[in-house]
Amino acid sequence: MWRYLLPIALFAILAGFFARGLNLNPGYVPSPLIGKPAPRFELPALKDPAESIGSDVLGKETALFNVWATWCVGCRQEHAFLNEIAKSSGVPIYGLNWKDNRASALSWLATLGDPYVASAFDEIGEVAIDWGVYGAPETFLVGRNGTVLFKHIAPLTPEVWQREFIPRIQADCGAYPCP
Amino acid sequence: MTPRRQRMVLVGLVVAGVAVSAALALQAFRENVLFFFSPTDVVAGTAPVERGFRLGGMVLDGSVQRDPGSLTVSFVVTDFAHSIPVRYTGVLPDLFGEGQGVVARGLLDNDGAFVAEEVLAKHDENYMPPDVAEALERGRAAAQE
Amino acid sequence: MIPELGQFALILALGLALIQASVPLIGATIGRSDWTAFARPMAAGQFVFVAAAFVILAQSFLSDDFSVRYVAMHSNSALPAAYKLAAVWGGHEGSLLLWLMILATWTLAVAFASRSLPDLYAARVIGVLGIVSVGMLSFTLLTSNPFDRLLPAALDGNDLNPLLQDPGLVMHPPILYSGYVGLAVPFAFAVAALLSGSLDKNWARWTRPWTITAWMFLTVGIALGSWWAYYELGWGGWWFWDPVENASFMPWLAATALIHSLAVTERRGIFKSWTVLLAIAAFSLSLLGTFLVRSGVLISVHAFASDPSRGIFILLLLSVISGGALLLYAARARRMESEGGFRLVSRESFLLLNNILLLVATAAVLFGTLYPLFLDALGLGKISVGPPYFKTVFLIPMLPLLLLLGVGMHATWLSTNSQRLAQKLSAAAVIAMLAGILLPLIVYRSASVMTILGVALGAWVIVSALWDPVSRIVRRDAPGVPLTRAQWGMSTAHAGVGLFVLGVTVTSSFGIESDQSMREGDTLEMAGYEFQFRGTRNVDGVNYEAVEGEVEVRRDGRLLTILSPQKRVYRVQRNPMTEAAIDPQLRRDLFVALGEPLGAGAWSVRIQYKPFIRFIWLGALVMAFGGILAATDRRYRAAKDVRTMARTARQATESA
Repeated sequence: MWRYLLPIALFAILAGFFARGLNLNPGYVPSPLIGKPAPRFELPALKDPAESIGSDVLGKETALFNVWATWCVGCRQEHAFLNEIAKSSGVPIYGLNWKDNRASALSWLATLGDPYVASAFDEIGEVAIDWGVYGAPETFLVGRNGTVLFKHIAPLTPEVWQREFIPRIQADCGAYPCP
Repeated sequence: MTPRRQRMVLVGLVVAGVAVSAALALQAFRENVLFFFSPTDVVAGTAPVERGFRLGGMVLDGSVQRDPGSLTVSFVVTDFAHSIPVRYTGVLPDLFGEGQGVVARGLLDNDGAFVAEEVLAKHDENYMPPDVAEALERGRAAAQE
Repeated sequence: MIPELGQFALILALGLALIQASVPLIGATIGRSDWTAFARPMAAGQFVFVAAAFVILAQSFLSDDFSVRYVAMHSNSALPAAYKLAAVWGGHEGSLLLWLMILATWTLAVAFASRSLPDLYAARVIGVLGIVSVGMLSFTLLTSNPFDRLLPAALDGNDLNPLLQDPGLVMHPPILYSGYVGLAVPFAFAVAALLSGSLDKNWARWTRPWTITAWMFLTVGIALGSWWAYYELGWGGWWFWDPVENASFMPWLAATALIHSLAVTERRGIFKSWTVLLAIAAFSLSLLGTFLVRSGVLISVHAFASDPSRGIFILLLLSVISGGALLLYAARARRMESEGGFRLVSRESFLLLNNILLLVATAAVLFGTLYPLFLDALGLGKISVGPPYFKTVFLIPMLPLLLLLGVGMHATWLSTNSQRLAQKLSAAAVIAMLAGILLPLIVYRSASVMTILGVALGAWVIVSALWDPVSRIVRRDAPGVPLTRAQWGMSTAHAGVGLFVLGVTVTSSFGIESDQSMREGDTLEMAGYEFQFRGTRNVDGVNYEAVEGEVEVRRDGRLLTILSPQKRVYRVQRNPMTEAAIDPQLRRDLFVALGEPLGAGAWSVRIQYKPFIRFIWLGALVMAFGGILAATDRRYRAAKDVRTMARTARQATESA
């Protein structure tokens, strides 16, 4: 009699472990930057190397800081959505072009559209390291006072935008879209 | 030999066979379980010295060096808190590169360098293996304290 | 507009599947034939709508509709048309649609062929398949809709992962899924039997051809995957014991055991509850494989992007389908106790050993694949289990299995005369041992214990498998009863196993690998061949740019061939990709791949000599061919007899 129960018992134990394994959510790693001021930097602008962009552009209004590159598949995936929110959300997007080729990056923006107010050109990747970036794309939400409010790893999707970004943007600038 | 005796011998052989197989399997298992450690773990002495293990982190920018024309390459694996020099002889995988995540399988040598037998790069250029990502975050957090 | 139609088609399919999953099953329980009659039409309708959705998605790809997010993620206007079609199953959502398409096809096939089955039973089988469809359709619609829009539409797509832009990889998912999903059919047969409370030899006869067909697809699918990995991943390996490879291998092992267990049930009516359990296990392992690959719980080269919510859904599906079946088993299996003994030396005995050994192998692979998961779930660390574990632990049950295989084929049912058996096989044994010792020594001039053992076992299996067919052909004077197609199938399939073993043994024992730094003009001697590196040049492909190396291969001073390995960079995704150059021959492959520029004009070059490696995939194909022969044996096609029997039975009960 008992041997017929053995299979289902083993299965239940297995299923339990799997459920546990899923809850560990391997893809999610919180950032130690959250709640701290955005790391300072000064980099040449992507479009005009003579100009420079620094972290002082952040800390004036609610803004996004998006790490991207032309070699990055996920960046291509989220690009259309970035174009969309650049127009509709009232939140300016600043780009960090990470370890990329300047010419390719410029041509990418020309062909696919440029959602960025400005992009900084981090050829070596030093600034990215300061921001704790270890993959692209990554998007940071920086508050009006220059504090890092949230970090999202992986392409930005409407679901994530809705769930994680909009509430925080509303809390920071009072409404969505930001006035 | 009586049939009963025959059967007992047979059973005995089977049991012996199973026991030997189980022992071999267990040994194979123990020898091939590879633990994962970050550079911080290695520096802290948590990583084993005589056994192989997997070392993961990011390839430090500007650290990849090779003797021109030779297959031996050296680079540094870091988790932003600590770094470990790695030596490898062989063909590197396509997605290997500076500033990219990497997992190397090998042994520590007497000088504290890691001699890699196998180098695995990330499976796609965006995301790190979660264990590497976790190690990097811990390293960053530790470095900022 | 059209992609929305695709989504609508899936919703309609789900509606029909819900009816298919409920009405016939309830009807069978309460005995209403107007309810059970719903089974076949619903199955047909579901097929039509799933096929429509599939065609619509394919059309979106072929027409470069980048307003569909899935198309934008996996296609590109410069992608060759054939690959645009293959891109349909290049990502998670589309591959699920392929899964659904194949399930609907199998269900339709069962619906057609089931006319010779008792109606009540057929209704239950189709109903159970409907439950599986409902599960997977819901999963697709709720978490993985391939028809989601991307607005505004992308100007051009992300391109298909270059690794997938390859004919081998195009074929691999459809064939593999046909196997994976096909195991749902014996599963449905088993659950239907449990529901009806009884099981007889007929049940085994109905189930077996479906099982063999699914097994055959799985065999070819796995072999394709291995062959693809060999030439596409650039490293010359053909099996890595990667968790995802294991996920397809375990159902194969279980299905193999099931085919053999069904043989016993079909012939002697015993092992019934065990066979039912195996059928449930085989499909459960398929579903488990789906879970492992798509939930993000395991990280691997093959794994689709991880998403925990998908993982939870699949786990629920797995629990309902497999868990439900196992509960049913716990409740009903006792009723299926069978009687029938057999002697120690008998065909049944050998088949029992076959099942035990295959089960041990499956359990060992399962343990190694899941152990890292368990440790991680318990917070005890992150580990990986290396390939040597799997190799050892797989070999331990396989060696006795191969030995017994050669003997078991010739054993008779109920009881076998051991002496006669030994006499019959003694010549084969001698040939095998001679081959084992001579082949390595003469051809390769070296021999180790494992090599001799491997070659001997491979030869043993081949000679033993072909013994009866060949003696029949040779001794035309004493024809006797001609061999049935099933027997030809068995001989062929087992001979395929022997070829496979030969291939693995020789390539593992005598293969040579070398990574070299080479400058233009450098040469390397390997296995009597001379490889000369002639430098590189740049080439342009349809959607990639490449550096192409030129390697001249000579033997005894004569130029044999020029190999051109490439390092490609696909224009859109900009990943470097290695394209190996192979000179293929049955006797040996010569494998050359470019590494990277090492400076000072040198390149790292990987050169490999792989003797008998084609035997590995040839063996698998021969196995599959044997399966086709076995599945199309006349006794499975005697539909008329069963129908007549059923009609006669009905008439008898009506007139009584």
